Amino acid sequence: MEESTRVVESCKVDLVFETADSPVHALSKIDLDINKGDFVSLIGPSGCGKTSLIRVIADLEKPTGGEIKVNGFSPEEARLKRAYGYVFQSPALYSWRTVEGNLKLPLEIMGIEKAEQSKRAAEALKMVDLTGFEKKFPWQLSGGMQQRVSIARALTFYPDLLLMDEPFGALDEIVRDQLNEHFHKLWEQTQKTVVFVTHSIPEAAYLSTKIVIMSPRPGKIIDVIDSPLPKKRTLDMRETPEFLDLSHRIREGLRAGHSYD
Amino acid sequence: MNWLRTSSFVSISTVLAFTAVIWYAAAVYLNSAVLIDKYERHKVEWDFSKLVDDSWSMDRPIMPAPHQIIFDLNKSIFKQKISSKRSLIYHGWVTISSTMVGFAMGGILGILLAVGIVHVPTLNKSVLPWIIASQTIPILAIAPMIIVGLGAIGVTGLLPKAIISAYLCFFPIAIGMVKGLRSPDPIHLDLMKTYNASKSQNFWKLRWPASTPFLFASFKVSIAISLVGAIVGELPAGARAGLGARLLTGSYYGQTIQIWSALIVASVLAATLVFLMTLLEKGVQKRMGVRL
Repeated sequence: MEESTRVVESCKVDLVFETADSPVHALSKIDLDINKGDFVSLIGPSGCGKTSLIRVIADLEKPTGGEIKVNGFSPEEARLKRAYGYVFQSPALYSWRTVEGNLKLPLEIMGIEKAEQSKRAAEALKMVDLTGFEKKFPWQLSGGMQQRVSIARALTFYPDLLLMDEPFGALDEIVRDQLNEHFHKLWEQTQKTVVFVTHSIPEAAYLSTKIVIMSPRPGKIIDVIDSPLPKKRTLDMRETPEFLDLSHRIREGLRAGHSYD
Repeated sequence: MNWLRTSSFVSISTVLAFTAVIWYAAAVYLNSAVLIDKYERHKVEWDFSKLVDDSWSMDRPIMPAPHQIIFDLNKSIFKQKISSKRSLIYHGWVTISSTMVGFAMGGILGILLAVGIVHVPTLNKSVLPWIIASQTIPILAIAPMIIVGLGAIGVTGLLPKAIISAYLCFFPIAIGMVKGLRSPDPIHLDLMKTYNASKSQNFWKLRWPASTPFLFASFKVSIAISLVGAIVGELPAGARAGLGARLLTGSYYGQTIQIWSALIVASVLAATLVFLMTLLEKGVQKRMGVRL
């Protein structure tokens, strides 16, 4: 019963990069279970391996030790089955494609028929509130809009798992707040499992059901906090004592991680 | 906008006028020695204004004056039947056809080589040095070898010239396209990987469109070079037609005016080819949403 709801299962995962001078220990003995419907944030200072971990889940890096399963398969098998949608830190839109063309890119690759492509592109665009921008080219959109298009692109092929690597990291505070609220609603509607890399404490506290705190050199997990906040959230909640308490716990955790240095 | 146009007109005509002044002066300077020598042998009275007049109207000047070239161009372009051996349109057409065939062959070869180099690591190591070496051989040295060699197996006419022009013009295309096909960001390649895209999808949906700016930059260089290749290809075999042949006969008989006319036609052709390529590029850019 519980097995079937496990989306990511990692056991003692290690990742070492061989570099010219000395090997870099990006991940060390990562044990982490992510269940269906979880919103898991990976938070920590730069170099703590949060991006490496999400890339291992996505099969963009091969772990050098330990075992990891995605939907019960190896990350590679899961990738070949197109089990996840990945959102990068930058929008990574193709400048020569319109918004609609960009949304159709994964669908073209996956061999989905033309009529269905248009339907799904329109649907995804609606989800991120950008209906009407189909024919625009990326440079005609603001940074926040581009990132929304890139989220929509990850939704077009209905993956159950979303892997997001600091998707709002390059945006200003105001746009980030808006997108956080918007994305929280989207997550509520779609019930997807999300793994979310961030270095913003309020962002992690606001969005997550589970917060994984990591520390660097070597990258490891030092604490996992299950959010006490209710599932439905508003931006105003960030002023409540529960929210502040949660933020405090995250901050303490991050500080503890740093004291290892 | 209007002001800009006027100003570019002004600057172009200034440059033209300036060039003409220098040219006329150079014609007097370069032709004077021959003329003065002639005056002295024939004991002709002369002064500076006679020298200037004569140096701008010689039959076989060392440096013809611009108006002499213009008269010759007028004579050999507009006053001849297009099919005549004296028509520069006829000769230009001969050269342009081998240019186009050569450019097409060089373009395909260059692109195929670049695709191979980008996708096959062995080719990257083995072929690239040879490509670079091929361009260190002076074209004037290898052109006769190609013409003679192909002539020996019965290939004559347009094809040998086109091959020489392809030999020259595949190089910038191959080098440009290797760079262009490698230009996608790692993040774009990662994105394709998350979609489990095939090699050919990676190529057609990412590498190829990402390389188009490089493709056109190379094309603009190559199309001018392939014209040079076609002209060079007409020199060694003593071809009877083409701008190269005009240059050759001109230099046999000391017809400097004819040489200059052919040179001017060649450069106008090159400029036109590059201009047409730029138009094509603009059209493609528009379709690809490039901010112009």
